This record gives sequence, C-alpha cells and structure tokens, in this order.
Amino acid sequence: MSILSDAGPAGPAPVDAVAAPARAGAVRRLLRNPVAVVALVWLVAVAVLALLAPLLTSQSPTASKITEALAPMGGDHPLGTDGVGRDVWAQLLYGARTSLIGSLIVVAVSLLLGLPAGVLAGYRRGRFDAVASWVANLLMALPAIIVLLVVLAQFGRSTALAMAVFGVIIAPGVFRLVRSSVIAVREELYVDAARVAGLSDARIMRRHVLPVVVPPTVIQVSQLLGIAIVIQAGLEFLGLGSANQASWGGMLSDAFQNIYAQPRLLLWPALAIVLTVTAFSLLGNALRDALGVSGRVPRVRRRQRTDAPPVVAAGGEVPAAPDVPDALLVLDGLRVAYPTPEGTEREVVHGVSLTVRRGEVLGLVGESGSGKSQTAFAVLGLLPPQARTSAARMTFDGTDLRGLSPAAMNRLRGRRIGYIPQEPMSNLDPSFTIGSQLTEPMRHHLGLSKDEARTRALQLLDRVGIPDPARVFASYPHQVSGGMAQRVLIAGAVSCDPDLLIADEPTTALDVTVQAEVLDLVRELQAERQMGVVLVTHDFGVVADVCDTVAVMRDGRIVESAPAERLFADPQHEYTRMLLGSTLEDTPARGALAGAGLHPEEIAPAPLTSGGPR
Amino acid sequence: MLLFLLRRLGAGVALVWVIATLTFFLTSLTGSDPARRILGPTAGLDQVAAKSAELGLDRPVLERYWDWLTGALRGDLGTSWFTNEQIGGLIGDALPVSLSLVVAATVLTAAVSIVLGVVAAVRGGWLDGLLQGISTVAFAVPNFLVGLVLSLVFAVELGLFPALGYTAFTDDPGAWLASITLPAIALAIGAIATVATQTRGSMIDVLQQDYVRTLRSRGLPTRSVLLKHALRNAAPASLTVLSLQFIALISGAVVIEKVFGLNGLGERATSAAGQGDVPLVLGIVVVAVVVVVLVNLLVDVVLGWLNPKVRIA
Repeated sequence: MSILSDAGPAGPAPVDAVAAPARAGAVRRLLRNPVAVVALVWLVAVAVLALLAPLLTSQSPTASKITEALAPMGGDHPLGTDGVGRDVWAQLLYGARTSLIGSLIVVAVSLLLGLPAGVLAGYRRGRFDAVASWVANLLMALPAIIVLLVVLAQFGRSTALAMAVFGVIIAPGVFRLVRSSVIAVREELYVDAARVAGLSDARIMRRHVLPVVVPPTVIQVSQLLGIAIVIQAGLEFLGLGSANQASWGGMLSDAFQNIYAQPRLLLWPALAIVLTVTAFSLLGNALRDALGVSGRVPRVRRRQRTDAPPVVAAGGEVPAAPDVPDALLVLDGLRVAYPTPEGTEREVVHGVSLTVRRGEVLGLVGESGSGKSQTAFAVLGLLPPQARTSAARMTFDGTDLRGLSPAAMNRLRGRRIGYIPQEPMSNLDPSFTIGSQLTEPMRHHLGLSKDEARTRALQLLDRVGIPDPARVFASYPHQVSGGMAQRVLIAGAVSCDPDLLIADEPTTALDVTVQAEVLDLVRELQAERQMGVVLVTHDFGVVADVCDTVAVMRDGRIVESAPAERLFADPQHEYTRMLLGSTLEDTPARGALAGAGLHPEEIAPAPLTSGGPR
Repeated sequence: MLLFLLRRLGAGVALVWVIATLTFFLTSLTGSDPARRILGPTAGLDQVAAKSAELGLDRPVLERYWDWLTGALRGDLGTSWFTNEQIGGLIGDALPVSLSLVVAATVLTAAVSIVLGVVAAVRGGWLDGLLQGISTVAFAVPNFLVGLVLSLVFAVELGLFPALGYTAFTDDPGAWLASITLPAIALAIGAIATVATQTRGSMIDVLQQDYVRTLRSRGLPTRSVLLKHALRNAAPASLTVLSLQFIALISGAVVIEKVFGLNGLGERATSAAGQGDVPLVLGIVVVAVVVVVLVNLLVDVVLGWLNPKVRIA
C-alpha cells in the first residue's frame, strides 16, 4: 500500500489519498486470491478462443449438412456434429463470440443509462431524482423476457437488439446502486466541506463522488455479465436469437431436440455457459472482497449466537474471593478471551473475582473497554460465541455456572437472574407489542395463563411508574418514549422475581431528568424484593446513589474493591482517585440530583462535594 | 394502512396503464406492415389493403388506442390476428398453467429459502460454506438447463414424473402436482439461491441486534428467540427480495414451459412474438403486469402486517 500510494493523485482532499491506493492495492489483493485468478484465467481463455475462432477451426458453425447429422466425435468434427450436421466445436467457438458480445452490449447500455442517471439523481436529488426513480421502479416491475418478446415480435429476431433492450431493462439495478452510493457520500461531511471551499461540481464529482461509485459498480458489472449470458441463452433456446448465428443457447435448443438420440450434445454448451457465468459471479465476489466493499455479510464461522460457549473451569493462581455465607454470586478468576485473526487469543478480562450477597448492590465501575460489561455478560452466559471464558469458581446461589447446559442456563436466565440493558429503544423487539414481550417470559417460566400473565404485566407496568399500563401494554416499542421503554425493560427484568439483577449502565442512554427516577426505581425494587444487584456503570454519581459496595475495573482487572462509603472517603488506588476526580469535574450537579432521590440514607454526597468523610 | 394500500393500488393501476399504453404505441407505430407480414410477400397490394382494413389498421392510431383501451377495461382484449380467437380466451386457457408453475415455484422458494437461510445463519461452519457455494453455482446455471437435466434424469431415465405436458388441477390433483413438480423445482433453483442468501444475511443482522440478547436474557427457549422473534424481524427483507424474484420467475417460466411442453402463457407469448401477433402479445403483457401488480399489493399487505410501524402509521 505504501509503495503504491504515490500512484494516487496528490490532491488535498483526504479521500483521494485513501481511495487511489486502496484501488491499486485491490488489484494485487485480487490477484492473490486463487479463486479470482482461476476465474480470470477461464474468462480470458474464453475471450481468446472466441477471438481466434477462425484459426482454431476450418468448419463453419452454421453450415448444416443433413448427411452428417449427429456425427460422433473425431475426424473433421472434434466434438461431433449436431442434429442438422453443424460442427459442435465451431459452434462452441463462434457461440462464445455471440455470448461475450451480447453481454458486453448489456453492460454498455446499462452503464450508459444507469451511471449518469444515478450520479445525477443522487447528487442533485429533486425532480430529476423523482422522475428517474419512478422510471426505474416501472422497469423493475416488468418481467424481462416478456418485454424482450414484445420487442422481438416488433423488430424481428436480433440477438444484439434483444441484448440492448435487456440493458435498458436491467439499467435500474445500476441506477439504484449508483444513486444510493452517491447519496451516501453526499451526506458525508467532506463533500459539504468541499462545496463550502468553493470546488466546482465537476471537481467534487471527480474527486469525491466517482471514487465511491466505481468499486460497487465494478462488482455489479461482473455480475451483470453473467446474468446477460443466462438471459441471452434463454432467448436463443426459445428460438428467438439471430438467425444464422452460432450461439450457446441455440446449441442447447438443438440438443433439446435430440435429447433422446444424443444427450451428449447438451454437455458442451451447458459447460460453457455454467463455467463462464460462475467465473463472472466468483470474480464479482472476489472483487468485493478485494475492494473491501461492505454489504456482504461476513461468513459465519461457527454456531451463531444461539448459546454462548460454556465457561470452562480454570485452575492456577487466582486471588480467591472470600467465602461469604450468604453469597448469591461468586466469581473467582474469571477470564474472557477472544480469538484474533492471527490465530492467537486476546484476553479482555484477566481474572476478575467478586461476590454479591443477597440484597446487596455491587457497583462495577470503569471506563468503556475496562471489561465490566464483558464480566456481566459472562455471568448471564450471553457473550458472543467466539468468546472463550474460564473461571476457577463461578457460582450462583450455590449452582456452578461453569459447563451448565444451555437449557439449564435458560432456566436461570430471566427466572432467577434478571437483566436490564443499556439502550432502551434497541432492546425491545420492534415487531411485537410490549405486552407480548412482557408476558412471554412469565408464561414460559412461571406457567401462567394468558390472562394471569396479562394481569401481572399490567401490575408490573403500574409498579414501574407507567401512567397508563393498558395503553403501553398494547403499544409497540416505537410508540413509547425512551424513558418509558427503560421502565418496560426493568419491569421485564423483575417480572419473574429474580434473586439477582444485572443492570448494564441502565441510565446512560436516558435524559438526565429521567436518570434519577429510573435509578430510584431500581433501588426501590431491589429493596422491596431483596435482590442482589450488579450495577455496571462508568458514573460515580450513580454509584453514590445506589451502591453498597464498589469494584473499580481497569483493563480487565479489578483494581480496588470496597464498601461504597469507604471508597469515596478513602480511595486506595490511584486510578480510583483519578476517576473520582474526573467525576467531580464533569458532573458538579450530580450530588444535588442524587439528593432528590428517595433514599437519602444510601447517598454519600459528602465525599463528592467536599471530599471529606461523612 | 388502508390509505397506504389505496395509494399503492392507485400506483399499480397507473403502472398497468402506462405499460399498456407504451406497449400499444410501440407495437402500433413501429415495425413492418402487419398485414403484409401476415399475408406474406406474394400477396397483392389490394389484398394487403383489404387485410389492413379487416384488422382495423387503416384507422388513426389514437382511435385504435381508444377502442383497445375501452375494450380492455371491459375485459375485451380483442382477437388474434392469426386465428381470430378471442385473446381473453387464449390467455384464460394458458394462465392457470403458468400461474400453477410460478406460484408453486414461489412457495417452494419461500419454504426452502427460509430453512436454508436460517440454518446457515445459525449453524455457520461448513454448512454455511456449502450453502454459499451452492448459491454461487445455482445462480450461474440457467434454470432451463436445470430443467433439461431434471427432465432427463427423473422423467426420461427414472420415469418418476411426466416429461411433457400439463394436467389441470380440476382434472386430477395428483397428476397436476406431478406435472408441475419438476418445472417448479427447475424454476425455483435460482430464486432459492438469491432469497436464501438474503434470508441468511438478514438473520445474521437480526441476531446481532440488542433485543435478541435481551430476549435471550429473559430465558426464552432458543426456538422462540430464533423462529418467533428473529425470523419475524428478518422476514420483511426476505419478502421484498422474494417479490422481486417473483417477477424473475415469470420470465423464467417462459423458457421452462418450453422445456416441459407446458402450454402456458410463455408458450403463447413465444409463438405470438415469433409470428408478430401484436394483439396477443399486448394482451399477455397486460395480464403479466396485472399479476405483478396484484402480487406486489399482496406483498405490501404482508409487509404491513409484519412491520407495526407501517401498519399503525
């Protein structure tokens, strides 16, 4: 990449510097892909054979000699002759010409129409966009072959004409792709910046828009070439190709006539079509990989996200968590690692140990990337399937969570361990009503009838402070506010009376005014039901509001763990002091906000405001 | 939702009208003299003129268009130039054959694509790789070639299915099923490759959504998370692709009908196009577009049912 970057135009805009070497590197990446090389070799071979057809056979592909019909392979006819005595090898060579020329016509016409129209529609929008999009939709509603039949009925059999018309029919595909790419880049800030800087439209187009449009279009062209060959073969098979022109589809048609007498005739044109189209299609895929165009979903390596892999037992030297008699959750030496593309493993949680007692609220505090959410999800068994998890001890209410079967884990999740997510709106299934999402777990875990579950869900909604439970019960997630949705999720988390609640930054995504209310709600429910709580947060204000004990995490390790009051009064670790310091600077109003809550006895405002012990 | 459907219905009617009009003028204003084409090069000038008058081609084109349009609105698509049969009757005979084939292929595509797409998305590993490999090849093999091979193996060699011909459902449901099984499979292969790939992609997308993790955190059975919640959310994208594939299936059916000797719309269209029977071609275009519009309307209804944001807005 660095060697080739000089090849790019030395423009001031960042996109020039990025796009040009990316494309130059793409050719090398493409040639390093064996599939792409094989596909390219095949396509070049077909093109060369088509070009050199007159040199490779002396036979005419169209001269029929009825006396030599269905001749075997060998002699004057290396691949034999067809039903009317035409030489198969010659037909194959000249047919390649027909196929390649036809597909080039399709691509030329569709690019000629789709590319400028797409760029213009995406860049200018407005009326032209509206009209062009309407025409594109109209063309896409037409079955291609029917249109081709109309044209051929009107103008007589001509493969070239048919392919040109097919180019028009398929142009909306190019148009839509180009248009959406242009719209995407137009929204980007740097195009605005370029316009403000006074660059002309033509310059913006060349510098910023085309580099974005070209890669996806190149990929699409590769696929269009393949589709064109298939459609053309179909028309020829129907007997609607140009008369007196050898073609692969025509050969198939003849083979079809003689399918009982000589099924072998089917083989050669079929192979030619399938291999050529596959080559175009594989080349398209390889181009996509080489150009790094998104849109293709990554290959799924292993079993996907149905169940997290079981936690394995780990020995070794780990700091043992103290044995607590009424411990609800005990973690000892929890490690979470992910495989890297290089084949090694990267550990993100390095031996975390913690204990949560019944009725205790543990604050798991740290900056983003400190491994606190990974720790929480490890307990829930909801880490991505690639995650490798191990622990010396991992028990919930005496049950070993390590190696627990997915079914057994499912009996704990939701029933005895509740979970409150961070982002309320993305954590409700948009396709189902809030009521159905609340009742499904209760009916599953508690065996409630539909009516019982409904009654209970309405009570829960009322309990979490939703003014009109019946309306919210019947609503879809997009019909309620974020604060409301978070209350719904909290209701869902406690619906089956869990013993342990895991809350992953439950207030981060909410308005400041709603944050305090939601936090109070969690605290009330916790006190009411004597739940143990793991509260994941980066906010010491939240910790001060609700937590009994605090564990401070950094880089996948717990650096300090202490009762909340002691931690605020006398932080031992330098990192804790630093975090506390930054909290003081960032949120001066937090103490006042916390003071408005319902549990003044739980708040430790003194250390936050004065820094002194209470 | 009702307003939305009425708007879509209006757009559909407009589409049919635009296509019919464009096709009418394309076929009326261009090309060689139809009367001459029907009678052949040896016919005398007066014969050609008489034929033109008989077909009404000597009248102004706008007048002919108006007659045709008002006739079409009453359900009268005119008569064939070659056989003098009613176009409505010709199409009416052929439509059930083509619809049986296309609908069977669509149902097959939907069913197989959902299973393959979900399994590939959830299982991953070699199964996913296999599906992607098969998709690439299935995409590349023309469906009539699949038809030829299926016919050769299962009809000619093994004799499990009829190689040629169609039996009406009303005559013998069993024979009807046998007569469209191979054509429908051949027709569906390419569509399955496309729709299954889409289903796999949207399933993978949905499974990475936060709400799926939250549903799992509620301890719901994997079956419910995957098949009730994830599939429901993945369905709209797949259905949209399926509706586009439906149009491609109509195209494909034209060729498949020839392979299996089914006297459907495609067969009619091919011979009409070969002869230059303009009224018949025009009628077939209108019927095909009407079918597409109706299916798109049905898809809109289902999408609205699947997506509460559309339904309630």
